[in-house]
Amino acid sequence: MNVAGDPSAPLHGIAAEFQCARDLYHAAEKLRDAGFRHWDVFSPFPIHGMDEAMGLKRSLLGRIVFFGGLTGFLTAVTLEFGPSSFLYPLIVAGKPTNIFSVPAFFPIMFELTILLSAFTAVFGMLIMNGLPRLNHALFNWDRFKTVTEDKFFVAIEAADPKFEPVAMRELLESLGGTNITLIHGD
Amino acid sequence: MSTATLENDKISAEELEIVRPPLVLNNRTMGWISSYISSIVEAKTPLWWYLSMGVTVPLTLMCFLCLAYLIATGVGVWGNNHPVGWAWDITNFVFWIGIGHAGTLISAILFLTRQKWRTSINRAAEAMTLFAVVCAGIYPALHVGRVWMAWFLAPIPNANAIWQNFRSPLLWDVFAVSTYFTVSVLFWYTGLIPDLATIRDRCTTKIKKFIYGVLALGWRGGNRQWRHYEMAYLVLAGLSTPLVLSVHSVVSFDFATSVIPGWHTTIFPPYFVAGAIFGGFAMVLTIMIPAAAIYKPLHDLVTISHVDKMCKIILLTGSIVGYAYLMELFIAWYSANPYERAAFWYRAFGPYWWAYWSMMFCNVVAPQMFWFKFFRTHLIWVWIIVQFPNAGMWFERFVIIATTMSRDFTPSAWGMFHPTWVDVCTFVGTFGLFTTLFLLFIRFLPMICMFEVKAVLPEADPHYGEAHH
Repeated sequence: MNVAGDPSAPLHGIAAEFQCARDLYHAAEKLRDAGFRHWDVFSPFPIHGMDEAMGLKRSLLGRIVFFGGLTGFLTAVTLEFGPSSFLYPLIVAGKPTNIFSVPAFFPIMFELTILLSAFTAVFGMLIMNGLPRLNHALFNWDRFKTVTEDKFFVAIEAADPKFEPVAMRELLESLGGTNITLIHGD
Repeated sequence: MSTATLENDKISAEELEIVRPPLVLNNRTMGWISSYISSIVEAKTPLWWYLSMGVTVPLTLMCFLCLAYLIATGVGVWGNNHPVGWAWDITNFVFWIGIGHAGTLISAILFLTRQKWRTSINRAAEAMTLFAVVCAGIYPALHVGRVWMAWFLAPIPNANAIWQNFRSPLLWDVFAVSTYFTVSVLFWYTGLIPDLATIRDRCTTKIKKFIYGVLALGWRGGNRQWRHYEMAYLVLAGLSTPLVLSVHSVVSFDFATSVIPGWHTTIFPPYFVAGAIFGGFAMVLTIMIPAAAIYKPLHDLVTISHVDKMCKIILLTGSIVGYAYLMELFIAWYSANPYERAAFWYRAFGPYWWAYWSMMFCNVVAPQMFWFKFFRTHLIWVWIIVQFPNAGMWFERFVIIATTMSRDFTPSAWGMFHPTWVDVCTFVGTFGLFTTLFLLFIRFLPMICMFEVKAVLPEADPHYGEAHH
């Protein structure tokens, strides 16, 4: 079996290459049914329906963004009504700050809701993906560079309770994987 | 032409192509898309790039010198004066910020409406948005006169412990434009991450590998990453859609909430948004057609069909703008308000008649050429015709601002606006800045969203080539 990375480093997992999205999709279905936990499929673009093929639930990010947006809205409410009501009350167009003059405060509430939601979406996505990081064990494998071009990969991590290199190799071969390689690295 | 070999299938390959025409022509493969788009970044800097920069960089410097002169001397070096207190500066601000809207429309609204053809133009259009907003931001910031006091706009008490008026459209504008810029940067960068990873993985030199490696944030393309990524992208599109509609609405509030005849109209927000999209698409075509002419294989990605669709959007939004112009005139008459009537009479037949009729011709008449397929599908004609909206949208803002302000309520306060050389050089210079930034973008970043284009290829479908349907 091929080995990538420094063999004295701990074993990260086993990986195989696939040539098209369809083969990867069917491999994912089989691996899901085999009950693996620490594994992933890699592709140059998001594959439609892959979440179901891998048995993954819908990303929680959407719900988290709601709270980001809520924070933005409440920030705007505090930021506007704090000064306008207490710190520096202003009469604008003959109107004090009260329930009837609230619409004039809406634009900033809207903008800050959007702003903090967007921050939550981007930084939440990065945190949930464990990014940014400068290196990863998979980068020790030269062939893996083509994942951002036109190749597809499956990697099963050594951390998976069902991990066993020889059986894994046979399984990946039977699914149509090629260049099956053991990946070492931190 | 199609690669689909759907034997045993009820729909033949030819029929499939009629139902769903391919978005990428000439059967380009995934590998070709990566190699070609990345090669633009990887290749030696071409001569035309240096020649173009030789023109645009001096213009950019001219812009910066004018701004330095303005800061050192005072805002009086511009032609703004009573009664025209807002002049070219706000005209140019609204002009540039409007251009940005097409980029966000393509990246957000067309994404939500599942318009897959957007994938090959969204990156460049979003970049254009950012650069247009950079150019726009210069004007209100410098227009305040004493730039070092621009922090008075921030929501903190100023030097005299006075708080901002949060009910002022000018403060709404600060929040709207800064949010728009920030969210556009986030959206653009999020879209770039997988493509930066592509460039990182193809790099041959250590220094490039390090730079693109850091920029790609360690992206690996695992599905456990893609699922959060796609959700983030969807959320950003969902947030940007109301945002882009709100930004130009807020800009229009600067005018509409005043009591100046000609500005105080409820039609302003939708009319401004339609105009922004109209002018923005014209600018997208203005820069994409030359880019695709230089890099000819891009015609397989940015096809005639893309240009055709964008021309149709220009025709639609241009007609909405034309309707708004006529409705403004009708309401001015129908309101029976003598000031309102006088303001519009002055626009069309006063000393600024040339600006009004230029606007009418460029924005309402010229785009009607796009009713004809010939003009939508011949790139040289398209490029020529879209210059009319580009100019017309500038005239529109000039008409709204300068002609309205030059007639105050009392005739003793009437006056004309005359731009100074600093006005002219600053404005011309912002075109240099915009083009310089765009040239840098083309040179150092992938100008087509590679991963999204790959995802619209037929073989990206996980059931591609399988018999069952």
